[in-house]
Amino acid sequence: MASSNTAVGVRLPSAPRGRWRWLGGTKGVDLIARLVTLLAALSVLVVTVWLVVDLWQKSSLPRHQFGFRFLVDRVWDPVFGHFGALPFVYGTLVTSAVAMVISIPLGVGAAIFLAELAPRGLSDTLTFFIELLAAVPSVVFGVVGVFVVVPWVRTSFGPLLKDVLGFTPLFQGPDYGVGFLTAGLVLSIMVLPFIVSISREVLLSVPVELREGALALGSTKWESTWKVVVPTARTGILGSIFLALARALGETMAVTMVIGNTPKIVASLFSPGYSIAAVIANEFTEATGDLYLQSLVELGLVLFGVTLVLHALARLLVSATAQKARGAV
Amino acid sequence: MNRLGWRKAVNAIMSAVTALCAVTAVAPLLFVLGILAVKGASSINWSFLTQLPKPTGELGGGMANAIVGSGQLLLLAALFGVPLGVAGGIYLSEFGGWGVPFVVRYAADLLVSVPSIVIGIFAYAVVVVRMGHFSSLAGGFALAVMLLPIVVTNTEQFLRTVPVWLREGSLALGAGHWKTTISVVVPAAMQGILTGILLALARVAGETAPLLFTAFNNDYWARGFQQPVSSLPVRIYEYALSPYDDYHRQAWAAALLLLGLVLIVNVLSRLVLAKKMASRRIA
Repeated sequence: MASSNTAVGVRLPSAPRGRWRWLGGTKGVDLIARLVTLLAALSVLVVTVWLVVDLWQKSSLPRHQFGFRFLVDRVWDPVFGHFGALPFVYGTLVTSAVAMVISIPLGVGAAIFLAELAPRGLSDTLTFFIELLAAVPSVVFGVVGVFVVVPWVRTSFGPLLKDVLGFTPLFQGPDYGVGFLTAGLVLSIMVLPFIVSISREVLLSVPVELREGALALGSTKWESTWKVVVPTARTGILGSIFLALARALGETMAVTMVIGNTPKIVASLFSPGYSIAAVIANEFTEATGDLYLQSLVELGLVLFGVTLVLHALARLLVSATAQKARGAV
Repeated sequence: MNRLGWRKAVNAIMSAVTALCAVTAVAPLLFVLGILAVKGASSINWSFLTQLPKPTGELGGGMANAIVGSGQLLLLAALFGVPLGVAGGIYLSEFGGWGVPFVVRYAADLLVSVPSIVIGIFAYAVVVVRMGHFSSLAGGFALAVMLLPIVVTNTEQFLRTVPVWLREGSLALGAGHWKTTISVVVPAAMQGILTGILLALARVAGETAPLLFTAFNNDYWARGFQQPVSSLPVRIYEYALSPYDDYHRQAWAAALLLLGLVLIVNVLSRLVLAKKMASRRIA
């Protein structure tokens, strides 16, 4: 039925028609398999939409009550039912900024070495180890942070910074070990592998002809790398940085364990602080009353929104570079 | 110094500087491994692996329930996440046209990037609020939500590495679309799919944030899937922040155990995959 006969009598599969046409003309087992796997694939979409809708609905109370002031109000007082998220937003931004200041030069430098300058075998081995770093659970970083980094910052690194840079407002005041600086340090290690491994891949995708051209014109290896390859890969490297930033902003456990959990807005990096993810982790089970709980959910929504935008940008930049690299030849 | 000499010097210096960056990027892994081994290895013993936690203040005790609890949560996550993920990946690679796979891929990408604490809130709202209490079911659900998009993406990628001519050969012999998929394409990518699943499990095994207010914690054995359950990451978090030395000792040991398991899975999977890629290149 579903096949048409040609003049010479050969049966050809028919073009899809009728009610099931949108399925592409498959039938029987194929049709069932297609439907079942389609449902499975759609489950990803369903969960994602469900998550966004759920978070949106369950944070309506503070949205109506505080509106946009929620993000710029600096008082977080559960007892009086007043919720302003600024100290957490500030802590999240400051720790991420510290992390990026450390991990961008280190990560891009390492990626340049691994992609351009190192021999292949050495590059592969080092990349293997760096990518393993991304697999370390964040609570493990937290443990090392609490027991090793915090005392180190308190007794050695902090005093050193104070001696050298103590004239700036960033490095003044008492140093408890826990705080913005320590959280930023731990974060910088955690996001490093993302910058290194993606930047390396972006650099490797730059066509070899460009390097050969630069070298043929008499440039040194470094000049060809820095003046030709890196500019070509620039947008992709920026993408890897955005991706790392998204990770840093959303990171919970390691930050919660070393940031000090004190809602404060001060310039000193030595000061204990708080971050969005940390306040959710600490107060969610203790939140009494709908407004309190929903304010925490709204913080989660804010975190989700920010990482969403950064992630989309990162994807766009990385794929733009890949296309540019292909088009360059 | 002449101009050429200067340029050569810059070349040498920058090579050294970037090499230093690369070494610095590798150092933290070795440092973390080293310090965990020093601080934790001596505490991993029989009682640590087989006993329940002792009440606060008493020395000793172990993490048996946390180890089993982690296994229980992973089992639940795999039960939800793996079949859906593999089937979804099959659709994206084998059946998908243009529209649905594009949207699903984007959603999967999005879901992977969601901070894990937000997944925790979601699981709390969906499962804990409805059940009225913390449970391993809620924790399993949270981990499954993290697992699903990773498995979908991995499965699709490995199915796509199967050469087109294998499919063509099967179709030319008269096999249908599904028959081709299940008896030719999936077996050819099986090793990759399985390692992908293992990697995904290793990734969610270390997650703490989504478990804090879903699976919660439990000092005893959790019976069934209705009760709160202890897990290694949550136990590590709790012990590390406690003021007791004996808890700190156990936190180190548990961190070493967790990291060891995660890294072993990662190293083995990566070796298998690298070998597979190499053989594919020759073929």
